[in-house]
Amino acid sequence: MKGAGLRVAKPAPAARFAPGDRVRVAARPALGHCRTPWYLRGKMGVVAAVHGRFRDPELLAYHKPGLPARVLYKVRFKQGDLWVRYLGAAGDQLEADIYEHWLEPAK
Amino acid sequence: MREPERKTTPRKGGGGRAVHDIGGLTLGSIDRSEHDLALWEKRTDAMLVLLRDNKRRVLSVDAHRRMIESYGEQEYDRITYYEKWIRAIRNLLVEQNVLTRDEIQARLAEVRGKHEKAGRKAVKAGVPW
Amino acid sequence: MHDPEHHHDEHEHSDEENHGHHHDHGPFQKDHDTGPASAYEVLEEAIRSLLIEKGVVTAQEIAAQVDLMDSRTPALGAKVVARAWVDPVFKRRLLKDTRAALSELGIDIGTLAEFCTVENTPKVHNVIVCTLCSCYPKMLLGIPPAWYKSLAYRSRTVVDPRGVLADFGVELQKDVEVRVHDSTADLRYIVLPMRPKGTRGWTEAELARLVTRDSMIGTAIVVAPSGPAARRRTAR
Repeated sequence: MKGAGLRVAKPAPAARFAPGDRVRVAARPALGHCRTPWYLRGKMGVVAAVHGRFRDPELLAYHKPGLPARVLYKVRFKQGDLWVRYLGAAGDQLEADIYEHWLEPAK
Repeated sequence: MREPERKTTPRKGGGGRAVHDIGGLTLGSIDRSEHDLALWEKRTDAMLVLLRDNKRRVLSVDAHRRMIESYGEQEYDRITYYEKWIRAIRNLLVEQNVLTRDEIQARLAEVRGKHEKAGRKAVKAGVPW
Repeated sequence: MHDPEHHHDEHEHSDEENHGHHHDHGPFQKDHDTGPASAYEVLEEAIRSLLIEKGVVTAQEIAAQVDLMDSRTPALGAKVVARAWVDPVFKRRLLKDTRAALSELGIDIGTLAEFCTVENTPKVHNVIVCTLCSCYPKMLLGIPPAWYKSLAYRSRTVVDPRGVLADFGVELQKDVEVRVHDSTADLRYIVLPMRPKGTRGWTEAELARLVTRDSMIGTAIVVAPSGPAARRRTAR
């Protein structure tokens, strides 16, 4: 279970992505508990920050330790890329915290 | 405050996504009225914090969410925030073998009896599992 | 079975009793609902009493946790915002590592979540939502308002943030970016609102009184009231 300070220091797998990397959210369906919202699946964004490593909520949800820890990223999206007829301004954006196993490099 | 009773019609535009995964749907207009939590709701919040803590680790917030996400759409839309919470806590305590269904049922009957004796009605129907 | 924590009204109440108008007064919290006990209220009592009997929790621990959450209110966040406004070095630390910066002010946010502060600027206006449940920085701001947890807010804010802001009376120019943060993981977000014009020379306490809960969620902007008594007025 998560202890004091939620970030997991060890083991420390290398982060696959770095700020500025263009990424795509996987388009696959979720199996069980999932923290990658439906409206972001298959969408392209940019890594804004690397939050560190956290236990995997998809495993914690079933009382498992959630290891190995997953790297968590702040990913930024243009609203115009997310919605067919976005009603706001062209510069509007959205950020969400996405786990590494839900991200692929974008071409 | 109880959330307004919702019609039990399926959501439009749900598209087969999970019941709780509602970003991008337009589910009504925002009611900005404020209210205090009832004492039972504050205690529900407190119990979740305690059950998750390092001393106990009986359940995780992730398991709690997973349990809430297992409710059907009509249930999810209809019951209030802390109603979802206490139901999930109950289910997880049974799942984790901390409590049994039988002892919960027995205690529910006792609690109702206690209220009735004190002159307060208590709803007879239970919370669905 | 005796429950010493449970104070309830001894009088019989009709089912038509209006229970929309009760307020908590002082340290003795009556149950909000003086109508029939709902199935959920009965369930909470049953679960709590069983857990106490089995030694999983104590009544004191529950009461202490209820008190702790009662003590966390938006005024705490307002203090942090005011400090960031007057102290640019603290502000940098707050943006870089919110937990550590809060700890400098003696605010312990506990072990259940990490916090992250996002700064409003003339070019970017931030709004916080949790579409998947209702994650919120409770250890700084207290319990969230019901609207934050509502299906309407959770569903609409990501797709129509400007419409939602308009519902809250906030209108922004098209050249200001509205940036929505969906709290999908273990980080809880707080908006650092912009310091309003006309507050030069104000003390931290005077500034803190201007900062509303909604401005730290992103559904309000902080304004300085004008007029000679402005500095002594509390936030609305």
